[in-house]
Amino acid sequence: MRSVVALLACLFASAAAAQPALKMMIPANPGGGWDQTGRSLAAAMQSAKLVSGVTFENKGGAAGTIGLAQFVNQAKGDPHAVMIGGMVMVGGIILNKSPVNLSMVTPIARLTSEWEVVVVPAASPIRTMADLVKALKENPGKVSWGGGSAGGTDHILAGMIARAVGVEPAKVNYVAFKGGGEAVAAILGGHVTVGVSGIGEFAEHIKAGKMRALAQSAPERVDGIPSLREQGIDVVLGNWRGIFGAPGITPAQRDALVKLVREATETSAWKQTLEKFGWAPFFLAGDEFARFIDEENRRIAGILDSLGLKK
Amino acid sequence: MEAFAALASGFAVALKPANLFWGFVGVTLGTLVGVLPGVGPALTVAMLLPLTAKLDPTGALIMFAGIYYGAMFGGSTSTILLNTPGESASIATALEGNRMAKAGRAGPALATAAIGSFVAGTLATVALTLLAPLVVELALKFGPAEYFALMVFAFVTVSAVLGRSTVRGLASLFVGLLLGLVGIDSQTGQARFAFGVPELLDGVDVVVLAVGLFAVGEALYVAAYQSRLPASLERLRGRVTMTREDWRRSWPAWLRATAIGFPFGTIPAGGAEIPTFLSYTVEKRLAKRPEEFGRGAIEGVAGPEAANNAAATGVLVPLLTLGIPTSATAAVLLGAFQNYGLQPGPMLFQSQAELVWGVIASLYVGNAILLVLNLPLVGLWVRVLAIPRPQLYAAILVFATLGAYSLHQSWVDLAMLYVFGLLGFAMRRWDIPVGPAVIGLILGPLAETQFRRALAISQGDPTVFLAQPISAALLALTALAVLGPWAVRRLRRR
Repeated sequence: MRSVVALLACLFASAAAAQPALKMMIPANPGGGWDQTGRSLAAAMQSAKLVSGVTFENKGGAAGTIGLAQFVNQAKGDPHAVMIGGMVMVGGIILNKSPVNLSMVTPIARLTSEWEVVVVPAASPIRTMADLVKALKENPGKVSWGGGSAGGTDHILAGMIARAVGVEPAKVNYVAFKGGGEAVAAILGGHVTVGVSGIGEFAEHIKAGKMRALAQSAPERVDGIPSLREQGIDVVLGNWRGIFGAPGITPAQRDALVKLVREATETSAWKQTLEKFGWAPFFLAGDEFARFIDEENRRIAGILDSLGLKK
Repeated sequence: MEAFAALASGFAVALKPANLFWGFVGVTLGTLVGVLPGVGPALTVAMLLPLTAKLDPTGALIMFAGIYYGAMFGGSTSTILLNTPGESASIATALEGNRMAKAGRAGPALATAAIGSFVAGTLATVALTLLAPLVVELALKFGPAEYFALMVFAFVTVSAVLGRSTVRGLASLFVGLLLGLVGIDSQTGQARFAFGVPELLDGVDVVVLAVGLFAVGEALYVAAYQSRLPASLERLRGRVTMTREDWRRSWPAWLRATAIGFPFGTIPAGGAEIPTFLSYTVEKRLAKRPEEFGRGAIEGVAGPEAANNAAATGVLVPLLTLGIPTSATAAVLLGAFQNYGLQPGPMLFQSQAELVWGVIASLYVGNAILLVLNLPLVGLWVRVLAIPRPQLYAAILVFATLGAYSLHQSWVDLAMLYVFGLLGFAMRRWDIPVGPAVIGLILGPLAETQFRRALAISQGDPTVFLAQPISAALLALTALAVLGPWAVRRLRRR
């Protein structure tokens, strides 16, 4: 398959010089958020001629931990190897008891955040977030939450909302669907009470009036949808995505990658990408990014524990 | 007849020389990746996504749709000739297709697959044109309870593949169900039967199981018992093209399969595997000579291949109208739309009418190109079977290994492939059918997940399956399918 990739790269990327190209590990199957992030970032780098070429390797599975394991083992010390990752990986490492974790790679930069939105089908008697909180307090089991995989961002948000309004997170009746698409169908068909997913996933349906947005998880108002905080629920949660370097690269090599990524995020191509997918810019580089990951680790481990998932 | 006016303008778009060219490139590329095991349409479209920066949206999407279609088309070739289904939608075709090829009827098998795909693809596109908005409303009524009832129905009806001995068939089915439990449990996120191997967390890929049981198992069997088998496969017998008899037996199967495949494709958790097996079962039940099934019945190829393509078109209904991808390729196509800043969804038909109808019209055109491309190749493909047996099976092993490895580039898949190959060898040796194991792996996890979702939503109340009309009707239909023949027999006896 790599030879096919190389062939197509020759055919279409019209790579010029024989400079070392960037090797990007995308620890997910084609088509998802990490794939879009990685390929768009690479396109931005190429548009500004920052690299001579980028080769991709998609290695999906187990919330990215399979791709992570391969990256840790094979890319060691390679200054031209990078990997896409994010918040979902933090949760996946904890849930799957992965033998490899993000402390083994070199954090380069946090890139984007996709804020989460809480919706109900248009015909639902629940009109506002307050209605939802009331229903949740009366009988948590009766409120079914539809979203992505168990223990993923959507599930974590449901648990955080419950905890913030004084409902035991373990009582949240979460129904896991395969990705956003299947959840969209269950929400539009009225099979679950509420839906949780990234704003981009539901935006069209909210615009078309088929779903009603109750709240979103950014610190401030986004797209006219009030934040959870604004409505008295102190929860901020972003499905952030970032880029990592190989284990064991030198500080100078790391700084070179940080510079490369920073320049790529300043291109108009990248800004258009953010616009197109509805991602918020969420840039944070180097050591600060590493500290952020540590905090996320603790926070997510805590909420997974209270959801009764971490055993 | 608003739809027809829109479609006419769509044809004007699709028949522009540039778009026709991209459609041609797409179907050719698609057929190629369909024939090669492992490199599937999802990966191909993903690799070509950067092209979206250079092409106009209509041309690119027409090409991508062509790849999607072409791959569905090409997948049948390796399945029929080499018994290596490269993707799950072709597994049902392997049951009769390869038997036909061994009986010297590879030509008619490939022809009925190609023409059946064309007929079903075209009819399903007509249905897409006329019914898309209606169908999607109905599809949304399917919640977890309805899906579970549908799975129960599928379980009962596909029991036809169990074979002559019920005990042996059930043993095989339970192997599949057990394998279906491997991996992360969807509702709690906990690992089951993964034994600490991270690659097992996502479960056993059905293609690995199918290729292992079908292709590797058979290669091992041939190697072990070669002295008792004739030196080479039976050469071509009769004509390469379909006879009048073949046509007569194929066309009703194509039509029935379209009626089964299209609706399954449109429901958001439908997919292409179940309708292909359902179509196989229906054909076996309705066949005038059911004893031919298992020895190469043409209906058993015509049906699943047509169902496969009808479902592939059905998948475009939720994709275009709701932005819901129901297959890996559809997910990548969604990415292509997003690269142009287009969000498939309820508003796409209004805001991007020219593009949507252009793509739909290109499906008609693509189907026609595929037929023209594939029929003349049939005569060429069948010569593959003239290769002496040792070399042919060596090639099959190479193809099977390549295909399994390129799914996730994982050695774990390879190890599993050969373990399943040994299992397939043993099953063949002791006359246990391999089909039910594959069906168990496909249906088991789906049924379990939907059952638990339905119970979570109803807070543990099992009457939910009877309280909702669609679910209740499906369960009643299932009961009828089980008890009906028995009751009729009882009444007749009196």
